[in-house]
This record gives sequence, C-alpha cells and structure tokens, in this order.
Amino acid sequence: MNTKIILLLALAANGAAIAAETEVSDSDRIAQYREMISDGNPADFDEMRGEELWKTAAGPKMATLEKCDLGKGAGVVKGAYAELPRFFKDTGRVQDLESRLLTCMSTLQGLNTEEITAQPFATEKKPSDISSLTTYVTGQSKGIKMAVSVKHPKEKEAYEIGRRIFNYRAGPYDFACSTCHGASNQRIRMQDLPNLKVQKDAQGAYISWPAYRVSQGLTRSFQWRLNDCFRQQRFPEPKFASEATVDLTMYLAVSANGAAFAGPGLKR
Amino acid sequence: MNAKWMIGTALTASLATLVLPVQAVESKLDAKTIEIVKRDFQDKGIAKADRVNQDALQALCSKYGNKPPLELKHKIEKQQQAAIKWPADDKYMGDWKAGEKLAQSGRGMTWSDKAEDPAGGNCYNCHQLSAKEIAYGTIGPSLLHFGVKQGNDLDSQRYVYGRLYNAKADNACNNMPRFGHMKILTEAQIKDLVALLLDPESPVNK
Repeated sequence: MNTKIILLLALAANGAAIAAETEVSDSDRIAQYREMISDGNPADFDEMRGEELWKTAAGPKMATLEKCDLGKGAGVVKGAYAELPRFFKDTGRVQDLESRLLTCMSTLQGLNTEEITAQPFATEKKPSDISSLTTYVTGQSKGIKMAVSVKHPKEKEAYEIGRRIFNYRAGPYDFACSTCHGASNQRIRMQDLPNLKVQKDAQGAYISWPAYRVSQGLTRSFQWRLNDCFRQQRFPEPKFASEATVDLTMYLAVSANGAAFAGPGLKR
Repeated sequence: MNAKWMIGTALTASLATLVLPVQAVESKLDAKTIEIVKRDFQDKGIAKADRVNQDALQALCSKYGNKPPLELKHKIEKQQQAAIKWPADDKYMGDWKAGEKLAQSGRGMTWSDKAEDPAGGNCYNCHQLSAKEIAYGTIGPSLLHFGVKQGNDLDSQRYVYGRLYNAKADNACNNMPRFGHMKILTEAQIKDLVALLLDPESPVNK
C-alpha cells in the first residue's frame, strides 16, 4: 500500500468521525490533518523527486541544474526562494522561481521551454518536472525569513504593476483578486479568505505555498495557486511564468516579507 | 507684485513640477499594466483572452480602487441603469424553488465549465439566504428574511429585479456581478431569484 492510499484512508476515517460533530470548522479539520501526518508531509516525495531532477544531467546538453543561479550565486539553493522574485542582470528582467528555472533549463540543459510551459502543472497521470523542482527549491528556504527586495527600479516597477493587477477588475463577473482578498474576515461558502492587503494574512497565505493538496493528491506551486484563482475569477488563463504572474507574485511576496517561509505545506 | 504673492507663485510652480511627474509615472504604470495583462492571458476553454478587456465601469473602478470621484460614479450608474432590460410583461416573480437551485449553484463561465452547462447564481457563495443552508459566504450582506423586511409589492419586485440584473446601477463599484447585463442569467432565471428573495413561501422568508 502506498503512502497516498494510507493517507486517504486515514483522512476518510477522520472525516467520518468529524461528520458526527458538525461544529468542527474546516480550519480545525486541516489542523487535525496536519497533526496526523506531522511526521511526514506527502509533499516530501515531490521534494525528493525535485532534488533528483536538480542533480541529474538532462536535456540536449546533458547538464544538471547544479550551476543554476537563483539569485544568490550559481548553485546556491539554500535561502534562494525567500528572496524571489528578484531582478536578474543576465536576463534583464524580474523573475520568480518558476520563470528562473525555465531560464536555467533552457540555457544550461538546452531544453525547449515552450514544451514545458504548454503543460506546466502535474496531473494525476503525469508529474511535472518544473513543479517538482519548485517544491525542492522552496523546501530549501524552510524557516528562512522572507526578504524580497524592491530596491532595483525594475523590482519596484514589478511590485507596482503587481498591485495594479491585484485590483484589475474584468471578465463577465467584474472580479479582481481584491474582490475576494481585499477585506478581512470574509468567506466563500465555508472557506475563509485571507485579506491579502493586510500583512498578517498575506504572510500566512504566501509562506504556505507550495502545498500538498489532500483533495487533489498533488503538490501545487504558487504559480498553480494563481492560475486556479484566475479560473475562479472567470478570467482567461494566465500564461505560465509570464510577466503578469511574476509581477503579481512580486506584490504578494513583498507583502509576506518578515515571515519565516513555511512551505512546502499541506492543505485541504 | 508683493513678496507674499511671489513666494506663493514660486511654491505653486515647484509643487507643479513635483506633482506632475508622479501623475505621469502613475499613468505610465497604468498603461503598462494593461499592456501586460492583454499580452499575458490566453484562451482556455470558454474563457477567451478578450475577457481581460475592461468595459468603462471595470476600468473606472480599477483605476480608483473602487472609490471613483462622485461625479464619475453617478454618471456611470445612470448609464448602467438606462441599460437595464425590463421584462416586457411587467412581471417579476418566478418560481422560488427554481431560484433556490440557482442560488445553490456556483457553476458557470470558468474555463473548466462547458458552454452548454447552465450558469448558477452563485448566491450562497457570498450571501446567507435560507436559514436551512449553513454553508453560506459573507462577502455580501445576509439576505435572511429579506422579503419579510422589504415587502413584496410591485416596487419591491422591480427593485430586486433591477438589482439582480445590474447591481452596479445603484453602486458602481460594488462586488456583485451584473447577472443580466453581462448575460450570466436569463430573464426567467432572474425572476426565479426575485421569487426566492420575496415570495412569502420561500425558505428565505421562513
């Protein structure tokens, strides 16, 4: 029996027990899940897969990613995520983790990034290399305080544009990110919504991604989180690791500054 | 020309040089944001890329953080009000049971929905309605016992129909979708929701 099945069985049993006492809130249930698997998050497997990918020669150039510069120098993974997104001189643009990984996969390994971005997220049938790499790299910032800079003019600009995208209303429902995440103590149905304009909520939300989603049985990255928010916002799909997503990430990451990064996490 | 006046003029001039560049930077960032958004979103399923193109109301509310100057706010509310298509038969109340089903459904118009799938009203996502449904959202106000408080004469029915058809006609930048104006729901579906809110037999009013 694999870990996923054991976990699901345990959760099902837990769910049945919970059904008897309906007053338990969703957040309490998640706390219970966390307690149950406190000695191991299924995201650990994705993290291990990502580490393996990082260290294995691949692509037309048969190179590993061990010389990838994530902002703290070639090959430095520890603490890199806590300072992303940031401006990179070699590409001349602000990049988040995923867009920087694409740069490394292209320059070091010679991989075709268009193929990667065409299907960037894991499915039940097919894992995603870039997603697993993200889980690995973020895991190397666990416990490190978020310290994203806006000193470079391009970083400042990305933040400013990200803030505007956060408030950008469009689509058939007139929704912006801020429609659901711009006021405190709100929920959709029973789901609590963080107010991402308030530091405490923004920190709590940002530092918990990537996360293993129990309901999906998959580890999901921050790029995935944004993608699924836009789906529910009734927007078209944001292109993976595009400037719009990087700028929005910049705005949210800066709001999380000062909090110790806690991912990869675990969610319902 | 007195000294005081000269200082005043000098101050105004220096303020202008300070303020104008800030405005210029702001509008440059606004323009760049729109450029990026138009470039970085793509068709997926029924959600086509052109959905990021804002209408006048969306642009106004985004620009002013949902607090536009009153003059502009009132002007656009009038335009929204004038565009409401009222039922030709002057009847506004449908079937509250169909309305409750609609209110429960949060489906519709995402890229994972299909064109032929009917959209829901998404009501319980944001509002409390029937006392029986405890899984309700809180982005909008509670509508429990709405009809008891509001009454259900023709004026009330028209008010609620208009509100559901275009919630922005009363308050330009509020959070609620414009269910009629944006063709999310049909006239008959809106009437069913009016009944859910106003019919004395509806669970909302029990």
